[in-house]
Amino acid sequence: MDLHSFFQWLEATGGSVAIRESTMMYPLIETTHVLTLCLFLGLVAMLDLRLIGIGLRGVPVSEVAAKLLPWALFGFVLMSISGALLFYSGPLKAANNIFFRIKLIMILLTGVNALLFHLTIHKRVASWDTDPIPPPRARMAGYLSLVLWSGVVICGRMQAYNWFN
Amino acid sequence: MSFINLANFQWLEATWLGTAVRQSLWLFPVIECIHLLALSLLGGAVLVVDMRLLGIGLKNQPAPELTHKVHPWLIGALLTSIVTGILMFLSEAVKCYYSPPFWYKMTALILATAFALTWRKKVATSDPGRISPLLVKLTAVVSVALWFGVAFSGRWIAFY
Repeated sequence: MDLHSFFQWLEATGGSVAIRESTMMYPLIETTHVLTLCLFLGLVAMLDLRLIGIGLRGVPVSEVAAKLLPWALFGFVLMSISGALLFYSGPLKAANNIFFRIKLIMILLTGVNALLFHLTIHKRVASWDTDPIPPPRARMAGYLSLVLWSGVVICGRMQAYNWFN
Repeated sequence: MSFINLANFQWLEATWLGTAVRQSLWLFPVIECIHLLALSLLGGAVLVVDMRLLGIGLKNQPAPELTHKVHPWLIGALLTSIVTGILMFLSEAVKCYYSPPFWYKMTALILATAFALTWRKKVATSDPGRISPLLVKLTAVVSVALWFGVAFSGRWIAFY
């Protein structure tokens, strides 16, 4: 079964129809998706601003990461679940939307950026933990995270406008 | 309040700015995106301090210092949200006039902003131990609840 027929099948399942045709469920899932943005992206942005050297100065980077990222991760899980449900309610429409495709690629890139950060410069965080302005590699990770996640939010919002479809 | 009537909202919608946003294909979506990004930042700035007051998150940092460090971001994000919000409002003022979530949101926004700039700021920046721990935690819960109300009802303007 190719991806297109799989999405066709998915769209015809009871759950997908139920969300799509409900009056309350769809808005509630969407609201959850948007509100968890504050929890997830809000806290990630606080870490990014610290990495860039313009926010939470004086708070050790390792402390910001250790104390805020678990909560951000919790937000990410809620976002992913609500996002998956939104996709489930109309897989074909989403999959064919250019903004949705760009959004998925950008989410992947944020993952690569975070992974590289934690595997490289963050491993040596002890040597620059309290620097008001972290080293270039850390600042770059902060900028990239902010830009990519902003792109994800913008694509997610633009998806609803159905331009270019 | 006498200035809240349909005629005034119709006038607002007919202003040059309201018309420009409404008639443009891309202006509203772009403003909306900025509104969402500012909302994320606002959420982060609010949560970092409220979590601290609740004894979670950056709990090793003194609350007053943390509050001062985050305050410019909170104000910046709030102002950006308000400016972009006004632009979107102008483009559909009459729809907002008839939308219950819009009025819930405005009420929650006024309460949340007033609370953040007065009582919560006082609690968050006062010396540790001067205010009872229960009251500190209650302040954080009220703050999160009010901002939650703003964002939640804001999203529902699109639905009702």
